[in-house]
Amino acid sequence: MTPSLLYAFAGVLLCSLGLFGFIRLAHLLRKLLAFNLMGSGVFLVMVGLAQRDGEPDPVPQALVLTGIVVAIAATALAVVLIRRYYHLSGQATLAGPAATQHGTAKPVVRAEDRS
Amino acid sequence: MTPWLMAGLLFTPLAWAVLTLLVNFNRGRLISWLGILVQVVVSLGLWAAVAGDGGFHYQLGGWPAPLGIELRVDGLAVTFVLLTALVAAACGWHASIYLDPAKAWHRYFWPLFWFLWAGLNGVWLGGDLFNLYVGLELISLSAVGLVALGGESAALRAAIRYLMAALLGSLAYLLGVALIYGQFGSLSIAGVSRLLGEAGTAPGQTLPLLLMLFGLTLKTALFPMHGWLPPAHGIARSPVSALLSALVVKASFYIAARIWLDLGGYLGSYGLAQLIGGLGAIAVIWGSWRALWQAKLKQVVAYSSVAQIGYLFLLFPLTWGVAEPVSLQAQQGITLQIISHALAKAAMFLAAGNLIMSVGSNRVDALAGVSRFLPFSLFSFGLAGVSLMGLPPSGGFAAKWLLLQSSLASGQWWWLPVLLAGGLLSAAYVFRVYRASFMERAGTDRFFHPSRSLEVIPMILALLSLGLGLVAGPVLSVMVLPFGEGGGQ
Amino acid sequence: MSLASLLPVFALMTSLLAAVIIFTLPERSFRLRTLVNLGAAVIKLVLVGVMIWGIVQGRAYEVAFTMVPGVRFVLRADALSMLFAGLSALLWLLTTIYAVGYLEGSPNRSRFFGFFSLSVASTMGIALAGNLFTFFLFYEMLTLSTYPLVVHRGTPKALRAGRSYIIYTLCGGAVLLLAIAWLHGLVGDLSFRPGGYFAEVEDALRGPLSLIFVLLVAGLGVKAALVPLHGWLPQAMVAPAPVSALLHAVAVVKAGAFGIVRVVLEIYGLDAASDLGLLAGLAGVAAFTIIYGSARALYQVDLKRLLAFSTVSQVSYIILGLCLFGPVGVAGGLVHLVHQGIMKITLFFCAGNYAETLGVHRIDELDGAGERMPATSVAFTLGAFGMIGVPPLAGFTTKWIMGTGALAVGMDWVVVVLVVSSLLNAAYFLPILHRIWFGERQAAWPQERRWGRLETSAWLLWPALITAVLLILAGLLANLPVSPLSWVELIVAREVAL
Repeated sequence: MTPSLLYAFAGVLLCSLGLFGFIRLAHLLRKLLAFNLMGSGVFLVMVGLAQRDGEPDPVPQALVLTGIVVAIAATALAVVLIRRYYHLSGQATLAGPAATQHGTAKPVVRAEDRS
Repeated sequence: MTPWLMAGLLFTPLAWAVLTLLVNFNRGRLISWLGILVQVVVSLGLWAAVAGDGGFHYQLGGWPAPLGIELRVDGLAVTFVLLTALVAAACGWHASIYLDPAKAWHRYFWPLFWFLWAGLNGVWLGGDLFNLYVGLELISLSAVGLVALGGESAALRAAIRYLMAALLGSLAYLLGVALIYGQFGSLSIAGVSRLLGEAGTAPGQTLPLLLMLFGLTLKTALFPMHGWLPPAHGIARSPVSALLSALVVKASFYIAARIWLDLGGYLGSYGLAQLIGGLGAIAVIWGSWRALWQAKLKQVVAYSSVAQIGYLFLLFPLTWGVAEPVSLQAQQGITLQIISHALAKAAMFLAAGNLIMSVGSNRVDALAGVSRFLPFSLFSFGLAGVSLMGLPPSGGFAAKWLLLQSSLASGQWWWLPVLLAGGLLSAAYVFRVYRASFMERAGTDRFFHPSRSLEVIPMILALLSLGLGLVAGPVLSVMVLPFGEGGGQ
Repeated sequence: MSLASLLPVFALMTSLLAAVIIFTLPERSFRLRTLVNLGAAVIKLVLVGVMIWGIVQGRAYEVAFTMVPGVRFVLRADALSMLFAGLSALLWLLTTIYAVGYLEGSPNRSRFFGFFSLSVASTMGIALAGNLFTFFLFYEMLTLSTYPLVVHRGTPKALRAGRSYIIYTLCGGAVLLLAIAWLHGLVGDLSFRPGGYFAEVEDALRGPLSLIFVLLVAGLGVKAALVPLHGWLPQAMVAPAPVSALLHAVAVVKAGAFGIVRVVLEIYGLDAASDLGLLAGLAGVAAFTIIYGSARALYQVDLKRLLAFSTVSQVSYIILGLCLFGPVGVAGGLVHLVHQGIMKITLFFCAGNYAETLGVHRIDELDGAGERMPATSVAFTLGAFGMIGVPPLAGFTTKWIMGTGALAVGMDWVVVVLVVSSLLNAAYFLPILHRIWFGERQAAWPQERRWGRLETSAWLLWPALITAVLLILAGLLANLPVSPLSWVELIVAREVAL
């Protein structure tokens, strides 16, 4: 097994771990962490597979860099939303009233409006 | 000429996003009006250029692929660019009046709106898998932000749900892209397709296709992965819902369709095509059925989106392993369906927003008796409904006709009942709204007439979608324009 | 493209534009609305007149363009389309006058007249459609624009009727679309042309073509109220009287019947249709509908519902006439399209007058109405006699021609159907006439309104009287060159090679 394939397999492993967490965990921050884990896995696969020929390929490196930027942006947005949601509803999970019946949800306003 | 057009098309939205980030809602409105004007003119110009001289490839900043960004500007792409310009201009205009400047967070509407537009243009024109990913992410993130603009906790819940689904979808897609690059060393769809054509397929190559399609269908809200859509589209502010339903979901579908048409022939299979088509068919029926029973007006429209998106996935079975003319017919039908649904659904959401504003309630029964006030918006809602039902002369009808023809010609008769039943079910939910508005009941004399421009916008969109069927021929003839000079890569 | 060839478009646009203008008018501008309505109706009538004149001279008017790849949008004025277009243009004018009087002072008039004009535009489109695709386009538009008229009153009963109407017609539309799409896939875009396309049918196509024919007739039969697809029609009678008069006696049901005429004569061709064994089945359905509708009418207590069942029965005369395999039968059926329209609209106008003036809706409340409203009652009586087929009124002409046509081709049973139906017509109309003229008024009228000297509003009275005169003239002057019958003979001469 070449090191590059090893990277790829590690990436797949990370990805599956992340996916498992993403689906199973209820707490939104944990979900977000799981998503980042998945993201790292995907980047690892990208870099790993591209090195097959022995010579490192610059393209995936550039792509992964871009991907990391995108992932950071997504994470930041998610954190802002989750924090705000927590302030408004006092919940850190999406559980609660059925998703289609939002009008009936009674938000518990706990903190002052800070944004 | 074209470099300027291309620069205008891609640069303005990004520049305007930054500009509007710096100012408050009212200033942002003024700046955005100017930007919208520029965008519409540029889109029209590009459309006219391609309609006249055929499509071309364009390297952004002169950098060649794979590190540079290569754009493919063909008839289909400019058709969608123009569609985006129309719908986004309408929604932006509507939002500039509809949104309340007094709410401080509404000022973020403009930057998000412009980022969304930039992402959409990027996706329509993108030629390689990774840039499509970036465009898609830009769209998803700004769309999530727009949903959260409502501000209340239900809106945030919907936004987070949407974000989670979108992120999962993006990662699945990205993993597929990584695997494709690992195998072929190329990111351009056309390049991969050429390599496949030369080398033939090997076992295991279906996995990347599956991953990409999974990610994209999740983002397009294909049944049974549609759960995130109705809450998000239902709770967002009406102009936002309009943007989301009309354009955002189409972007991921567009990528899926391009991948399928170029790579599906090699990597796909009859079973996969039928499976995706079948899920689309279930979405048509299930979405319409759920729409029929929603108590809230915007939820009706949101579930209707689930159903209408379902039609799009008939592209997969109707283009796999069929004769070239039949496949072309199906592609034309789906393109018309995308355009007419975009126009009709935007009209419907904007009209629904006006109606909600007028009667002060978002429930369908609250519409009892409003028909006597001759609300313009109700009329727009109904006209848009005609297109969704697929009744003539709307674009929806032309699309349905083409799909019927290609189902018949390819011998896949089992889609016929889906197409017909889908139309009848959508008639059922549209007429439910209509019926409520005709009910004569005491105590319905309170009615607020929104400003004229708010009412005119959905009417224009609805009339466009209604008239699309009459001019379907010319519209489609631009779509199939081949590349002009310098075709291929 | 010369200006003259655009005449069909103008004829269509008059009512379409009227609809748009009326929708934008405020509720209170009564005069302007009436002016737009009547003006558009008169212009349309003139345009139709010009086209009829041109067609007699042998001119043809056609406008066509490609809509969806492979499918053309065709508007064309030919002899057959003018039969229907002329009828609806004439009756639109009369019904508009009637409706202005009928709806005086009631709410939502802008909405009503807007959709009313839209329905007429759709009817015009149906008449002028040059191929099945265009026909379908306006056929569905008619469905949509009549719905608001059915539910106009907004009562739970009206909404229920509207739902039933829309379910029937949209399902019919879906079946029709399937049939048209299939036919299109098999043989391509077919313009209507005399004699049809399938004079020689390949054996492989026989099965699909027969099935498509059944689907087409089923889709069109919903609007034509063929039993068992007639359920919506009696319910739809909750609509205001002008709607029942024009739309449910003339436009909607005739649209279905007219479509069947087009399909049989100009797509399949009489010979091919009978060769495929399709006409015999259709004749059976039509005959059954004729008897069934009359029989049901016998048991109605509500005047408008009775008229509705009578319509169910009478529209099938047109279809039965088509199935008589010969030019005479076709002529009988086609002329009934006009005659039945005039007779039925007279009856509906009168029923509306009784309801508006006296508040009478049920048959058993009509005692003595002849004394209170002599002119209306005379018109009603003429209409009823016409329906029964008393010579020399319009209805007699139809039945006579159809009877001779049936005997000529040896279909004697059709004569039996005609006789039984006439007896049933007499059985349900004569008791009403008896009540009107000889009944003793015991109590006060349910809801009486007074209009000075006249027995009812002039807006309501004149249209009824004019149509009553027309139905006498159509029968008496059947042999003059201006009568509907002569026009039908012109059509038959062009359609069915003699």
